[in-house]
Amino acid sequence: MTRPEKIQINTSPPVSDEIRKTTCYMCACRCGINVHMKGGEVVYIEGNRDHPVNKGVLCGKGSSGLMQHLAPSRLRAPLKRVGPRGAGEFEKISWDEAYDIAAGWLAPIREKDPKRLAFFTGRDQSQSFTSWWAQAFGTPNYAAHGGFCSVNMAAGGIYTMGGAFWEFGQPDWDRTRMFVLFGVAEDHDSNPIKMGIGKVKANGGKIVGVNPIRSGYNAVADEWVGITPGTDGLFILSLIHELFRSGKVDLDYLRRYTNAGFLVDEDPQSPQQGLFLRDKDGKPLVIDQATGKAVAFDKPGALANLAASKKTGKITHRTVFQLMAERYLSDEYAPEAVAERCGLTPTRIRNLAAEFARVAFEEEIVLDRPWTDWKGEKHDKMIGRPISFHAMRGISAHSNGFQTARALHVLQILLGSVEVPGGFRFKPPYPKPPEAHPKPHAGAQPGKPLDGPHLGYPLGPEHLLMDEDGTPKRIDKAFSWENPLSAHGLMHMVISNAHAGDPYKIDTLFMYMANMAWNSTMNTSEVIRMLTDKDENGDYVIPHIIYSDAYSSETVAYADLILPDTTYLERHDCISLLDRPICEAEAAADSIRWPVVEPDRDVRGFQTALIQLGAKLGLPGMVNEDGTAKYADYADYIQNHERRPGVGPLAGWRGTDGDKSGRGEPNPNQLEKYIENGGFWIGHIPEEAQFYKPWNKAYQDWAVEIGLFDAPAPYVFNLYVEPLRKMQLAAEGQGDIQPPDHLRERIKRTMDPLPIWYEPFEDTNVDVNEFPVHALTQRPMHMYHSWGTQNAWLRQITGKNYLYLPTKIWESGGFKEGDYARVTSAHGSIVVPVALHAALNEHTVWTWNAIGKRKGAWALDEDAPEATEGFLLNHLIHELQPPKGDGMRWANSDPVTGQAAWFDLRVKIEKADPKPAESQPSLPPIKSPVGKGPKNVARKI
Amino acid sequence: MTQLPAQSKKKLGLVIDLDTCVGCHGCVTSCKGWNTQNYGEPLSDIDAYGADPSGTFLNRVFSYEVEAPNKPAQTVHFPKSCLHCEDAPCVTVCPTGASYKREEDGIVLVNEDRCMGCGLCAWACPYGARELDFMSGIMKKCTLCVDRIYNENIPEEDRVPACVRTCPSNARHFGDLGDPDSDVSKLVAERGGIDLMPEQGTKPVNKYLPPRLKDTLDSAPPKPLESVSEEPKGWLGWLDRALEALPGSNGKAEDK
Repeated sequence: MTRPEKIQINTSPPVSDEIRKTTCYMCACRCGINVHMKGGEVVYIEGNRDHPVNKGVLCGKGSSGLMQHLAPSRLRAPLKRVGPRGAGEFEKISWDEAYDIAAGWLAPIREKDPKRLAFFTGRDQSQSFTSWWAQAFGTPNYAAHGGFCSVNMAAGGIYTMGGAFWEFGQPDWDRTRMFVLFGVAEDHDSNPIKMGIGKVKANGGKIVGVNPIRSGYNAVADEWVGITPGTDGLFILSLIHELFRSGKVDLDYLRRYTNAGFLVDEDPQSPQQGLFLRDKDGKPLVIDQATGKAVAFDKPGALANLAASKKTGKITHRTVFQLMAERYLSDEYAPEAVAERCGLTPTRIRNLAAEFARVAFEEEIVLDRPWTDWKGEKHDKMIGRPISFHAMRGISAHSNGFQTARALHVLQILLGSVEVPGGFRFKPPYPKPPEAHPKPHAGAQPGKPLDGPHLGYPLGPEHLLMDEDGTPKRIDKAFSWENPLSAHGLMHMVISNAHAGDPYKIDTLFMYMANMAWNSTMNTSEVIRMLTDKDENGDYVIPHIIYSDAYSSETVAYADLILPDTTYLERHDCISLLDRPICEAEAAADSIRWPVVEPDRDVRGFQTALIQLGAKLGLPGMVNEDGTAKYADYADYIQNHERRPGVGPLAGWRGTDGDKSGRGEPNPNQLEKYIENGGFWIGHIPEEAQFYKPWNKAYQDWAVEIGLFDAPAPYVFNLYVEPLRKMQLAAEGQGDIQPPDHLRERIKRTMDPLPIWYEPFEDTNVDVNEFPVHALTQRPMHMYHSWGTQNAWLRQITGKNYLYLPTKIWESGGFKEGDYARVTSAHGSIVVPVALHAALNEHTVWTWNAIGKRKGAWALDEDAPEATEGFLLNHLIHELQPPKGDGMRWANSDPVTGQAAWFDLRVKIEKADPKPAESQPSLPPIKSPVGKGPKNVARKI
Repeated sequence: MTQLPAQSKKKLGLVIDLDTCVGCHGCVTSCKGWNTQNYGEPLSDIDAYGADPSGTFLNRVFSYEVEAPNKPAQTVHFPKSCLHCEDAPCVTVCPTGASYKREEDGIVLVNEDRCMGCGLCAWACPYGARELDFMSGIMKKCTLCVDRIYNENIPEEDRVPACVRTCPSNARHFGDLGDPDSDVSKLVAERGGIDLMPEQGTKPVNKYLPPRLKDTLDSAPPKPLESVSEEPKGWLGWLDRALEALPGSNGKAEDK
């Protein structure tokens, strides 16, 4: 035996020269990171322990940020297309030339007809800035990617309770005893949910996962509910049926904090039928429990009697709560009636309802924490219901997603678990009811800014955006009768509508950070055709395309002008309270990115490019009176722009001395203060204000003080959503603003003011016997959209994707390892590798999203597995429903919000014999504008 | 052949909770990042952007499906790195003395100056926990971040392996498993922590906490929810009574 010599190793080596603290951008979660520097270079990235979002931890993506920063696919300079669109042939140009070209297209548009610019950003974290720019330009055609991501969740939440999940709020992780997760939500929110799951389990609580697929968070769920896609709403309404049947609802909470006690006009002859009875000041009426009198809902001392009614003549007007009981007590929602459709058993539904009720009411939490409500009533305790919920795209990316999201919010409200200890808690600037949001605007005039913010929350037909003749004002038809509450726009319809000239043609399509020629679009091959299609004169149907991206994505090849963005370590950003902030339930917070290294390429942060282009165009707010640029770059804007007097992009260290929070004049040293503090600011909410926020006087006062709003705005939750009823009334023929006849029935059916469930449109549009299988995509925890597969570390974890088949389909189709399947939808067909996944709903197949790559993109070799075996499901999903023979183009979207109905997809599966050499379709390679990556990598500084 | 210490003074190791690991790969890439810049040669990536990328990782997460009769199938995420065995066959098989187990804390390390990349240790390890780095020709393995856990250049709270510091779901714990009073030993006792493949006789120091029993609701259901009434009218009666029972009520239900 060799005795090892006594080895001396240095167990205390120096780690780095310096740590620079900034914000991660490996997904949308926005964790704080410590970037270790050696010799001026980035060497290691870890989580920032002080940061409110991640408290030191970091996921697989965040910990691989170095390889994203060093990716060979980084664009190096502005590019001008020199070959045909799609070929990938470009010439490097200077920034001055790039701005000249862009201004050459944009200035005449602004002068004549600003709507001919469509400006859509993707996974943009600077929407308060990009929308401000678009407003100054004057085009009504602006939105980010919410329409194809999760607008159902956001809008369903805002209309119901003034906020939804993720950026809007979070479970009370320290106190919740049961966490119920619907669908897939890996990056919304990434690390906080992982930390939360760890906490709940450490505290002895339970996790319930409602998801057709048992992977990721569902793998650690104590109870897995392997639901059939598109039926979540039905399942939730059945839970609600059980709660109503057994009286397991929080009556005191409902009468105080919701519109459960509002009286509804039940006169069938009334033009107001289905709207609330109101007093002369327009305030909804309730019957006071003590006096039996009809009083305004917010009268101090009054408590709504949910069992009350009011007679006028022969008509009895009942409360919202009674209308709910009438609907949900119906056998239609009994577990026996819905279980099979949901892929569950009646027993399973009953047991889950009983368990939710048990946790909510028998594990009640009482905090001895006095607080005062909005009516001035003092409470000596805070009562908690320790059950909390979370959901994102899994339930929302269906054509019934808005109503399903509504149903989920109503469920948690019935349990009394919103804004209470152990339940779901809002994060500032939420809660914020629909009335407190802007209304949408589309008033465009030559040479003028738009008449107001593009996006918002309509409260009735009068807020829709249509011309006199009913033509939608926006290119994506947002806020039209086709999808009245499209609060995030419909990015997935822009290219299709612009190509069709429906409702009108555009001149320039300007996009940022959205891979619309590949994984961020429905119907990829067809979208590629639209981007390259020419008219009878030989000109492109969409005349000009400007695109900004940091990387050589597939979409780069289809643009005429490329504005190269920086990596996330080379840029300024602000994660702002005006936008999508990083607040916690007990604190307001915002943060920055700053260049921890300067780019070694001729690239500029997109927001800086936009500031500079805006100045060149002379846009209001971006130039001084003498015409000179107001801001040098985005950093200058972040520090000096004021949205309202004293309120700017960042809330911390305001005022000339940097001693003000929330409100205060601009501080020339504000960014330095953020950097000194680790890249973020946090302002804690006083203890008495931390729960019951919509009704808590102390919270409302605090929110005004720091500038979230200008006056206290307490409100009650909307179990019954009156604006939906107003749309229905219009469809029934009331009022001046009328939907076209072909939409009346659909509006009446889908815009119910109380949550309903209806079959996903695809189920009624296609033959479900021919296409019996649901097909879904999920995002791996270690990948964010297309960004992961260019990352040398992450692509080794998932470099190709399979279509996962449940045992039943695997066996009946005679599949074995290594096989390919032909997967066909009503719209198209792909041939792809398959694998067995037993922990899967038996009617469902799925794959990882955005692993498949176009040959030549992302600086990968053309024979990279992402390009040869990897595939997209997107080819199977059309942005339109199948033609109905009426000459109309019916969007494959939720009829309420326009949310892209990705998850409605139905397919059939057959074994591909013989199997192809590569996944199909295999599109021809595009020429890489950045060359290829190095062969081998071993980097130690 | 290389000798093991009779007994290490401490048994530093990891406790990995299979009940909370969600499979995010945070530990995998955090480890890759730290150990590329620190102890020994960098961890390389061969064909990094090509057809068959293959790099050196000291820690990987595997996902398995578990099926049992009459139960829904389960997915288990299973992180795996060197288990720092007490009877480490990778050490005794090493012909050059490069592989060794530290007497002071039990960490199994490779002295890279003496490693000739023969691969015998990887062959001897029943867990597949060692990887030969193709660019340097050196055998790489988990060092338990020996250059972090004692490192006076980093804050004391950070003196844990990179994988432990980064784990978002708190599925990874580090400590002295030779000390029955340590937090990790207590956790192992409480949760019935197990050895990986004990039949191999390697006496691994790292322990795994098994997933808790899942999908138990239907076999041990809560008390069924009873209807407050079978008739709609009865339901309204219940509502009246329930509202009256709340504080601040004296129950007039109608305003005419």
